[in-house]
Amino acid sequence: CQLFGYVGIEAVLDQMKIKTMKTGFEFNIMVVGQSGLGKSTMVNTLFKSKVSRKASQPGQEERIPKTVQLQSVTHVIEEKGVKMKLTVTDTPGFGDQINNENCWDPIIKYINEQYERYLREEIVITRKRKIPDTRVHGCVYFVPPTGHWLRPLDLEFMRRLSRIVNVVPVIAKADTLTLEERAEFKQRIQEDLKTHAISVYPQEDFDQDLDDRALNDRIREKIPFAVVGADQEHQVN
Amino acid sequence: SPCQNEEKRNLSLGGHVGFDSLPDQLVSKSVTQGFSFNILCVGETGIGKSTLMNTLFNTTFETEEASHYESAVRLRPRTYDLQESNVHLKLTIVDAVGFGDQINKDERQVSPIVEYIDTQFENYLQEELKIRRSLFNYHDTRIHVCLYFITPTGHSLKSLDLVTMKKLDSKVNIIPIIAKADTISKSELHKFKIKIMSELVSNGVQIYQFPTDDEAVAEINSVMNAHLPFAVVGSTEEVKVGNKLVRARQYPWGVVQVENESHCDFVKLREMLIRVNMEDLREQTHTRHYELYRRCKLEEMGFKDTDPDSQPFSLQETYETKRKEFLGELQKKEEEMRQMFVNKVKETEAELKEKERELHEKFEHLKRIHQEEKRKVEEKRRELEDEMNAFNRRKVAVETLQSQSLQATSQQPLKKDKDKKNRSAIAGNQSGVSLSSSKVMITKANVEPLNCTSWWHAIQCCSCLVKSATWREGFI
Repeated sequence: CQLFGYVGIEAVLDQMKIKTMKTGFEFNIMVVGQSGLGKSTMVNTLFKSKVSRKASQPGQEERIPKTVQLQSVTHVIEEKGVKMKLTVTDTPGFGDQINNENCWDPIIKYINEQYERYLREEIVITRKRKIPDTRVHGCVYFVPPTGHWLRPLDLEFMRRLSRIVNVVPVIAKADTLTLEERAEFKQRIQEDLKTHAISVYPQEDFDQDLDDRALNDRIREKIPFAVVGADQEHQVN
Repeated sequence: SPCQNEEKRNLSLGGHVGFDSLPDQLVSKSVTQGFSFNILCVGETGIGKSTLMNTLFNTTFETEEASHYESAVRLRPRTYDLQESNVHLKLTIVDAVGFGDQINKDERQVSPIVEYIDTQFENYLQEELKIRRSLFNYHDTRIHVCLYFITPTGHSLKSLDLVTMKKLDSKVNIIPIIAKADTISKSELHKFKIKIMSELVSNGVQIYQFPTDDEAVAEINSVMNAHLPFAVVGSTEEVKVGNKLVRARQYPWGVVQVENESHCDFVKLREMLIRVNMEDLREQTHTRHYELYRRCKLEEMGFKDTDPDSQPFSLQETYETKRKEFLGELQKKEEEMRQMFVNKVKETEAELKEKERELHEKFEHLKRIHQEEKRKVEEKRRELEDEMNAFNRRKVAVETLQSQSLQATSQQPLKKDKDKKNRSAIAGNQSGVSLSSSKVMITKANVEPLNCTSWWHAIQCCSCLVKSATWREGFI
């Protein structure tokens, strides 16, 4: 139908925005990787604040846990009127044992537990107005910067988890690779992922339309992101 | 084992992170997906519902004028795709055709409307309960707002209005509006509005209140709440006023401008319905009305959140018990039907056996009767044959007598004697016939002619004559 004049339907977008800002957002991420890859530093850098406590603090005993543990820390952060409840789940002990068989099991269990919790709330008869969302929205997987290939552990983990959660692989401590090494490493990782049919975020299946696909293709070219984290400030220029 | 540290701390950020774009992300997602808005219009035929929709959305929805002669209330939904800048809206306008037209304005006016609203809730619930579901591209047909058109009598609400609104207020957001408001004067309108609102309150009808909890819109909404019900005028025709073309209604005595706030409340309605509270209407429908429906429906089906010991029920358990119950009932019903079937078969079998026996009896009976008859007929035949023979003999005897009597008067050759002898030999066994009696017989035969149509008949008459005693005497 053709509208002959201004009706004001687009005002609904502002209405929606105001409403979402009032209710706030919940964002839950999980960081997975061997100890020493800079996970906590990365999270702190991302959110420009002391979100995670680093494992290696002076004066604290460094202990590698015998099994994979999951630790969640929740913070409420606000920016320009937008409130966000951020939950970061850390996985100390992952990939640190001699025998790392099934070290992904506790993680998978945790993720599924959150889904189950949400489902339970959803099928209750008298539902809450806003169901608390503790589901893991993204899992950042830290790949050690070997420069060679993805290790069997990496492949196994990503294969299993990409089925149930959005996996974002990153090359940790990328400042130890030269640009050429980095490019080659990325290339090999991309091939590996394709060979093993691991679909990481953004998944191709969820591309909504051509514009979306074009945008996501550009991102997919750059996966995995080679990142460097730093929580100390230095004067540059 | 996972260990969770649930302390929630407020954290200050050292710089710009950038998640303040989250609302925009969410909104742009809705924009690309498109969203739906569904309006239900309830009011008498001819009260101006279609015109108002056209005026509100500044377009011409194709509708023909509704007839006043509908046999029942029926709901007519029509979906349109509207686009303004980059926003896609799937607008559905549902018309309650025939409302208020029937002579008998009873329950049947309202129940189709309630049914329609419930059906839309049901469809959404079904989709939500599916195992493989796709809610994000489900076309939401739940009614987000009901515009109730009040006839501008100037007095008060009709009882049909109250009954309808009372039935709908727990299922849908109701915004009452006074239609064709240009037929009421300013003072009358003021009194009318007060009367309507007080009647609604005293009857416990909960109409939609524009939300006042958000500071951005609280002020304008509370002002608007005080102006309810909105007195509207709709028009798609344009009239030149001053040096502008405005939408208005031209009367001989003046022009009623639709968008002039001193003429009518159209602008207020548009503001409230579309520009300020459209999203709130959608949210209320989902979080209040739909949840209420869902809760009632699930409770009706027997689901509970806690069992008698106040332990939370797992839905899986409930499903399984319900399923067992259902299967058990199904089995029982099957058994019953099978039993019934077996009984019926037995009954019919018995009946058939009985009938068979009866028929057999009848058959035997008939056979016996038949044989009886046959025997009787055989007897009669034999008798008849005997009588026929007897008659023939008598006849022969009579003829012999006749010829004898003739011979007595004239000499006859010996040949005839032989015949006579033969005849008399034949007639020897019977009683002799004297001359005199033969005369009697002939005379009798002459005097009493036999009125017989057939030979058989004649024989019978003769047999009677033979039997007649007096006649017989003549023979002896």
